[in-house]
Amino acid sequence: MIRVVLPQHLRTLAKVGREIEVEVSGPVTQRSVLDALEATYPVLEGTLRDRQTKKRRAMVRFFACEEDWSNAELDEPLPEAVASGKEPLLVIGAMAGG
Amino acid sequence: MSGVRVLVGTRKGAFVLTSDGKRQKWDVSGPHFAGWEVYHVKGSPADPNRLFASQSTSWFGQVIQRSDDGGKTWEPVGKDFAYDGPTGTHLWYDGTPHPWEFARVWHLEPSLHDPDTIYAGVEDAALFKSTDGGMSWQELKGLRTHTSAGKWQPGAGGMCLHTIVEDPTDAKRIFIAISSAGVFRTEDGGETWEPMNNGLHSKEIPEPYAEVGHCVHRIAMHPSRPETLFMQKHWDVMRSDDGGGSWREISGNLPSDFGFPIDVHAHEPETIYVVPITSDSEHYPPDGKLRVYRSRSGGNEWEALTNGLPQENCYVNVLRDAMAVDRMDSCGVYFGTTGGQVYASADSGDSWAPIVRDLPAVLSVEVQTLA
Repeated sequence: MIRVVLPQHLRTLAKVGREIEVEVSGPVTQRSVLDALEATYPVLEGTLRDRQTKKRRAMVRFFACEEDWSNAELDEPLPEAVASGKEPLLVIGAMAGG
Repeated sequence: MSGVRVLVGTRKGAFVLTSDGKRQKWDVSGPHFAGWEVYHVKGSPADPNRLFASQSTSWFGQVIQRSDDGGKTWEPVGKDFAYDGPTGTHLWYDGTPHPWEFARVWHLEPSLHDPDTIYAGVEDAALFKSTDGGMSWQELKGLRTHTSAGKWQPGAGGMCLHTIVEDPTDAKRIFIAISSAGVFRTEDGGETWEPMNNGLHSKEIPEPYAEVGHCVHRIAMHPSRPETLFMQKHWDVMRSDDGGGSWREISGNLPSDFGFPIDVHAHEPETIYVVPITSDSEHYPPDGKLRVYRSRSGGNEWEALTNGLPQENCYVNVLRDAMAVDRMDSCGVYFGTTGGQVYASADSGDSWAPIVRDLPAVLSVEVQTLA
């Protein structure tokens, strides 16, 4: 299982706690994790990435193992620690005031 | 009628304010969708317990919420506002072509007759319709693909479709307004549209009497007179008595004819309300005095309503969707400010009192009159 930590607004929207788990079959990449996340919680469609283009929303960031994966290739394998469930993929709302 | 429910959208959530027919004591619930911008909340005239809310943030985009129990509980519904077909371009602030991009839903207008039918006005300007209670949305693309659309341009708040007015006598006749394009009317349920801006004069555009390009801030109609429309434009308060076919100015003795909201008394079709704002560069009331102006003659002659409103050091704004009237025997008038106050008058505007004083900036105010 892949661990994902959501920001507060999306926890409220999806009615989940701080950390959730999703099942990914095949390579563990940003694309496969986000696909699994949206399939499990359809209310999150469009909140992290554009529904049509799959482009990341400008003020959303993806961190893993203290690295910023936001601009990495979508099909690049995430760190083994994420794939093994040792570390979570962090979904972060960009620092932008408000 | 037993009471009223005031639906308030703010920069940081929604609030539901309820009272009995006296409208003196209020129950305040919220914030709903805490921390999100709520541009608009509105109830279905066909089923008052069904409410819709537009919830969004720059971070996570657009969500539409629906309540079927008068705002006690909410569930997210559909939020896929995909333009139908090639999006084309409109004018950007610098006058260059810019592709249509969805930003948010500004205004939700439930059908007068069917609780499952609702319209949504969005930025960049387009009109969407749902016939399944908000679960799915289809664009009425005849508006966005109008031959004039390439000349539409955003106002300071974005290129938003912010006003949707249904003709209560003809479900296929709808008026909408866009900043900055103007008023459009459909007679066929949204398939085709015509600009309705004859008589508008805007010195901020190259052709002041152009067919489109006017920054209409709000239009309002009394349900008994679907041919009569009132308009608060960027500058100028206007009136049409031929279904938008032509407009004439009714600003009269207003201290400023700049402003955002305009509304009509529930029982007096010639009684209208505006909130004058100093100018387009000074978005606060003239002289620091918050005054609603009422005309009981359909315009031109206006009286200041000040009883209970701050008359010194007041520098708030009242946004375009932030005024509403109820249908109680003694008509109630409500408005919200960017300073977080929601004021109510239970006597057609003669006297006012705040329901709440310290909400986040108020974006919209609607009211339901409950049986």
